[in-house]
Amino acid sequence: MTTFDLDFAADHFTLFGLSQAQSLDLESLDNCFRAIQARVHPDKHAHAGSSDQRLAMQWATRVNEAYQTLKSPGGRARYLLQLLGHDPRVDSNTAMPTEFLMKQMELRESVEDARSAADEEALDQIRVHLLGEIKSEYQRLAELIDVSKDYSAAADLVRQLMFQEKLLNEIDDALEAVTA
Amino acid sequence: MALLQIAEPGESAAPHEHRLAVGIDLGTTNSLVATVRSGMSVVLNDSRGRPLLPSVVSYTANGTVEVGYAAEARQSIDPKNTIVSVKRFMGRGRRDIAHIETLPYDFVDTEGMVKLKTIAGIKSPVEVSAEILKTIRNRAEVSLGGELTGAVITVPAYFDDAQRQATKDAARLAGLNVLRLLNEPTAAAIAYGLDNSSEGIYAVFDLGGGTFDISILRLSKGVFEVMATGGDSALGGDDFDHRIFCWIIEQGKLAPLSLHDARLLQVRAREAKEQLSQHGQAPITVKLGSGEYVDLMLTTEVFTEITRTLVQKTVAPSKKALRDAGLTVAEVRGVVMVGGSTRMPQIQHAVAELFKQEPLNNLDPEKVVALGAAIQANLLAGNRAAGDDWLLLDVIPLSLGLETMGGLVEKVIPRNSTIPIARAQEFTTFKDGQTAMAIHVVQGEREMVADCRSLARFELLGIPPMVAGAARIRVSFQVDADGLLSVTAREQTSGREARIEVKPSYGLGDDEIAGMLKESFSRSGDDAFRRALREAQVEAQRLVEATQSALTADADLLSILERAHIDAALTRLRAMMIGDDRRAIDGAMHALSAATNEFAARRMNQSVQRALAGRNVDQLSL
Repeated sequence: MTTFDLDFAADHFTLFGLSQAQSLDLESLDNCFRAIQARVHPDKHAHAGSSDQRLAMQWATRVNEAYQTLKSPGGRARYLLQLLGHDPRVDSNTAMPTEFLMKQMELRESVEDARSAADEEALDQIRVHLLGEIKSEYQRLAELIDVSKDYSAAADLVRQLMFQEKLLNEIDDALEAVTA
Repeated sequence: MALLQIAEPGESAAPHEHRLAVGIDLGTTNSLVATVRSGMSVVLNDSRGRPLLPSVVSYTANGTVEVGYAAEARQSIDPKNTIVSVKRFMGRGRRDIAHIETLPYDFVDTEGMVKLKTIAGIKSPVEVSAEILKTIRNRAEVSLGGELTGAVITVPAYFDDAQRQATKDAARLAGLNVLRLLNEPTAAAIAYGLDNSSEGIYAVFDLGGGTFDISILRLSKGVFEVMATGGDSALGGDDFDHRIFCWIIEQGKLAPLSLHDARLLQVRAREAKEQLSQHGQAPITVKLGSGEYVDLMLTTEVFTEITRTLVQKTVAPSKKALRDAGLTVAEVRGVVMVGGSTRMPQIQHAVAELFKQEPLNNLDPEKVVALGAAIQANLLAGNRAAGDDWLLLDVIPLSLGLETMGGLVEKVIPRNSTIPIARAQEFTTFKDGQTAMAIHVVQGEREMVADCRSLARFELLGIPPMVAGAARIRVSFQVDADGLLSVTAREQTSGREARIEVKPSYGLGDDEIAGMLKESFSRSGDDAFRRALREAQVEAQRLVEATQSALTADADLLSILERAHIDAALTRLRAMMIGDDRRAIDGAMHALSAATNEFAARRMNQSVQRALAGRNVDQLSL
């Protein structure tokens, strides 16, 4: 019986039959996710007994949670580093290199300028630029975790990336305000 | 199998008989009902062959309730007691309703959801909607020749929890078994996607009578995955009518209008709008009760001009949904148009311009939601046919959170999370010996509580007295597949489940619903007791069938002893369900469920393992 319970409690990677790594094949994650949901989703058990329905809901919830975490590179990295015993503690640890912070402040100022000027095009440009930067940082992160296994450098980088993603959200909010 | 023959006329008893299930599009302006017949989704017409039911309810002096066309005909005669567009009031407070001053109703000044004073007494929007649903249910039962097993009811994707809950309550009040609340654009995507066997990214642009939704979906190998949704739950065709109405008053330099004249002009405004979708201009000639004459010509150019800001209001949510989905316009393969209001040429133009492609109009925009809902209802009722192996993954439209110190919102579940989903958040006490905690659940994207929708207030009592910061209170949010939220809380250090008092801010309490149900039973002469017994019997039969088919498929997962235990519970339930003791049936159902818990868990695990095993084979063959 415990083997069955173990499945439910397995880590997110094991759940999808993936190895614990930052670089993963998104398409195979998508396919696994859909294959499991196609079995456990409450819609597939709508006419079953109440035990099945309750379980279906729990499983579907569990699978959604795992998928959401692994799908985004930031969520995946935070989760993986936690599993590896190097929790980046993004909420409490805010120490970051001065140079990085200076650059972010400049960016933030240009977002605010574009926002007050209601300049949708400028905001879009900053957004595309930042997206590109984030993307290449994530590639570096995958190398740090999977290849050089430098988890503490990886944790530092995750914290910076969370900072950048927060700025990306602010750009989205600005775009929303400008286009509304 | 003699034991199973407990059916009353019109009820399905045979295990594999087709179950009667419908999809209901409970619209702001019109409602529709559809069902799957011989593998085809079809809209059920009324006895006079009309597919639409105007969502209008009229309460009359002699105590009768008119619904649909009959009610619509009364709207300029008795505007005060004839409720149109009631969907706009569902789960809404007074100050949420746009142009409330122009509405002819007597609103009762209460906290929470608005109520209307009518000739038949004070009515909640839930009761008014239930009248529409009862008429729909009756149409379906007459047309299909039996009692419905269940219904899928559609709601705007952008409806918040209070609006969804109100819709479900209305269905309960109308005696419908709700199989699922389904988002309208998602329903449309099912009808469209299955019809065209489409693959790729699609946007569904749904502008109805009172609501606007935009959903971005990924259609792939039989999976309909909603990636992001957005909208405005108070924007629709009604607003375009209102602009014309205002234009008429301005152009005609009319004196303040009587209720009757206002209603008359609103009807004419809507007719003019509909005419403009076919022709370049619409004449508006009316003789008012005041003796004034209106003789105006509304052209497409003027109409476009006076509604420009409304059209613009659909653009920002569309762009936002795309950003949320992490996509650009170029990646969208098609834009499916849904809702009668998308017939307006300026909407078609705006969508084409925004998505840089001609929108898809090949399914009737007014019927597509009901047709898709019927397909889902058919599946959920258990009428699965070969080729029905598709799956729907939907999201919550608005973030869910809790109020923290200083009136700020702590988001617990972000918008566009795939449902079902659960999240927990830990809180602590801030005073020594604190034994109670007030928790406020809100929904929305803004940072301040005041700018979000209040869903419920919880009073957590019975926390063991401790020093400040020592208690660990875990508040868990669970959103089910209907998109409905339930909240539980537990004090961790003592392990004691704290007592929760729920006060839905804009919904109806369970007592209120029970009261309305009782009232409707006594009024219609329906026997509540017999109805409840019949429901228990149907439910028991469903459980017996489900258990039997599980035993047939996976008996090897059970030991002889476990099997004997389940068989005993099964036999007992079969014996109970032919009797008329509802409590005994409920008890036997619980016993059978408990006996099959472990079996169900093993079957589910086996199923997951099979899914994974299947994937590994795929990967190897690549």
